[in-house]
Amino acid sequence: MIPNTLNPETWVDQYADYLFNYAVSRVSDIEIAKDLVQDTFIAGLKSAKNFKGDASERTWLIAILKRKVIDYYRKINSNKGKAEVRMSYSSQTDAEGDWLEEKVADPNSVLENDSLENEELGEAIQECISKLPKKQALVFTMKTIQGVSTEEICNELNINPSNLWVMIHRSRTALMECLNQKWFNV
Amino acid sequence: MSPCEKAALICDKAQYNEATFIEKLQLMYHLYRCKRCAKHSKKNGELTSLCNKARLQVLSENDKVSMKEKLKS
Repeated sequence: MIPNTLNPETWVDQYADYLFNYAVSRVSDIEIAKDLVQDTFIAGLKSAKNFKGDASERTWLIAILKRKVIDYYRKINSNKGKAEVRMSYSSQTDAEGDWLEEKVADPNSVLENDSLENEELGEAIQECISKLPKKQALVFTMKTIQGVSTEEICNELNINPSNLWVMIHRSRTALMECLNQKWFNV
Repeated sequence: MSPCEKAALICDKAQYNEATFIEKLQLMYHLYRCKRCAKHSKKNGELTSLCNKARLQVLSENDKVSMKEKLKS
């Protein structure tokens, strides 16, 4: 097997969105997520000599980002007391019923599962996009995620609409293949 | 362009609400007769709903440019 190599000059184009989505779903703050992605790239560059080539570039970068997310939470919780969970009950003084019972998670709520599943889905899609040829990935992202109009994309990338639809078709077909069966019902 | 290729194109356009009414009728007629395209079309529609459901976010081009610059320095 040929060992994997690192190409830092392509990192931003290839992995920034993938890492960014991962970070956003964990820190829920766009600015912090951007910083974490930037830190990940810098850390990756600094420790590039330790890269053995066993894992793919993407796996290696996501491993660094995971550490960065953990470090971030350590940092914001490092001051004593900040890690406490605070909840106020007194705001609803006229509320009836047992306060503890009311704070317990609703066993019938599907929201938590939904958001977890959506995170996983987002990562799966982002991973598949990063495997597409560069131009296809760009066109697909602009069209599908950013919602840029056909005309604008054609102007910006200097392609004609039929080129655009061919690339959209190829990327969609590739994504259907790539996204594991578990995401589809048919 | 074969009828199936044409159907695939309309189906892709429809995912972005860019298919005309006539095109949609043509697509429906084709899907009624061609099971293979019907399956592809259904999956294509699911891909659209998956993408919407995941609420994906991307970095702006400016963010990427500034990231690249910070990496160079």
